[in-house]
Amino acid sequence: MILKEKAVAEIKSRMVRYPHRKSAILPALTVAYRQEGHLSPALYREIAKIIEVPYIEVAEAASFYTMFPKEPVGKYLIQVCHNISCALLGADSLIHYLEEKLGITKGETTPDDIFTLISVECLGSCATAPMMQINDKFYENLTREKVDRILEELREQARNGKENTV
Amino acid sequence: MEKKILFKYIDDPLQVNIDTYMSHGGYKAWEKVLKSMKPAEVIDEMKKSGLRGRGGAGFPAGMKWSFIPKDSPKPRYLVCNADESEPGTCKDRVLMEHDPHAVVEGMAIAAYAIGSHQAFCYVRGEFAYPAAMMEKAIDEAYSKGILGKNIFKSGYDLEMVVHTGGGAYICGEETALLNSLEGERGMSRIRPPFPAIEGLYGCPTVVNNVETLAVVPQVINMGAEWYAAIGTEKSKGTKIFSLSGHIKRPGNYELELGTKLSYLMNDLGGGMLDGHKLKAIIPGGSSTPFLLPNQIDTPLDYESLAAAGSMLGSGAVIVIDERTCMVWVIERLIHFYKHESCGKCTPCREGTGWLEQLIGRIEAGEGQQGDLEKIDSICDNILGRTICPLGDAAVMPIQSALKLFRDEFQYHIDNKKCLVKTEFEFK
Repeated sequence: MILKEKAVAEIKSRMVRYPHRKSAILPALTVAYRQEGHLSPALYREIAKIIEVPYIEVAEAASFYTMFPKEPVGKYLIQVCHNISCALLGADSLIHYLEEKLGITKGETTPDDIFTLISVECLGSCATAPMMQINDKFYENLTREKVDRILEELREQARNGKENTV
Repeated sequence: MEKKILFKYIDDPLQVNIDTYMSHGGYKAWEKVLKSMKPAEVIDEMKKSGLRGRGGAGFPAGMKWSFIPKDSPKPRYLVCNADESEPGTCKDRVLMEHDPHAVVEGMAIAAYAIGSHQAFCYVRGEFAYPAAMMEKAIDEAYSKGILGKNIFKSGYDLEMVVHTGGGAYICGEETALLNSLEGERGMSRIRPPFPAIEGLYGCPTVVNNVETLAVVPQVINMGAEWYAAIGTEKSKGTKIFSLSGHIKRPGNYELELGTKLSYLMNDLGGGMLDGHKLKAIIPGGSSTPFLLPNQIDTPLDYESLAAAGSMLGSGAVIVIDERTCMVWVIERLIHFYKHESCGKCTPCREGTGWLEQLIGRIEAGEGQQGDLEKIDSICDNILGRTICPLGDAAVMPIQSALKLFRDEFQYHIDNKKCLVKTEFEFK
């Protein structure tokens, strides 16, 4: 089993809130993603077993939802919004700045597996642009100074071996 | 004018706690409805208030509730649409983060009005914090007996669940949302049957936007006539506008419907960022047609914006200044719609891809004569030919840009470069 006891218990507790168990697929995928940082067929199999639905139904749903990475990513997944409101306030330059700071290009992971950088569609943070989401947290009204500080703090956290809290 | 009904307590950090919410009159409307109103009376009150859906379509909320068949033996479901994803829109998130109990109370009243004992709040997956705030509010409500069994000893039961999505814009469309909630891929359904007849799990269902539901308790407390006296003749009440882009003070502002766009942009928004000249405005989220600087005095209401050639939509006002290349803007938008098309309808699935290629090559300086006519033709073949509005949403800003800024597109093709181009730098 890849899913830890706590994750399995959470999936089960969410499952019973729906009139039909299939509704628990998306919540289960979310729980699995939070634990592992990305999804995989092995996780689909485990989820299918817990919810008691065919494997293909889990895999089919998972393949539709782009929020869940399907390949391993770094400990911190940086998602920069590149949509219009953020773009008007320099989202492209923010992406370039992060590429330079991290020494990678968009879509890549740093060699130490700490950061993955991607750009995404609108995250509903338009009045506080430009912004990025790192794992579950939103960072808004970004400036170069703020970005420097955030990256430094996360590097520090990674060095101290904090748990992966997606 | 600015008028705070939804935002009355938005700056009170304690408003998220049930005790503070109740000290501000919270859950009084829910109690009143359960103890002294019949479901039909609640629906009538909502119809009288003139409240229209705040998600984008502007359909009258009371009318939507009244479509639920009275005699169906099936369970009914109430779903709160918190899949806020229309580019430029960031208002529902604020309500869930700062006044989640208002959303819970509105959901409860709506559920009672349609005879539902099970309500879901579908929150977009990236909104981990707003979803957590909603879950906390719901837990608090259960612990006070405000949700659950035999609420306020009325004999009425109501269960409420927060469901998080997976990052798909299409799930803001109500039938795609229902599929997603059922554990399916978030693809739209053909209507009819409408969700009011066959919605979630094939049962009668109402789907309402967060902002629509959050104001329902106020309508019950203060009365439909009070609410209907705010706004214009056909656009009642207030609406939250998300102001973003090249503006000094971006933010979420609650305005009486019918307030001039110039008031939002200049009086509240502080005018253009760095004093640049205005070029265009997207008034209602990225899928609504552009307005020009000479339309800045257009009143922000459903009818006036329609008369101005655009839409109120979700109330997301995106301000664009003179330094901006419109081909670049459109490229950014079509990339989004291409990415978010669910792929069910051929015109949308293929058409958005072709549009992205054509607009992309014009922006890259590789446009060819005849490309604009090709874009016109593809747009014509998407508009109105898909089962959900995503196809229309993709096409409307493009058609608008080609109408208002056609010269700029042609310049791009003729000269292989932008008429104006700024690499916007973040600070």
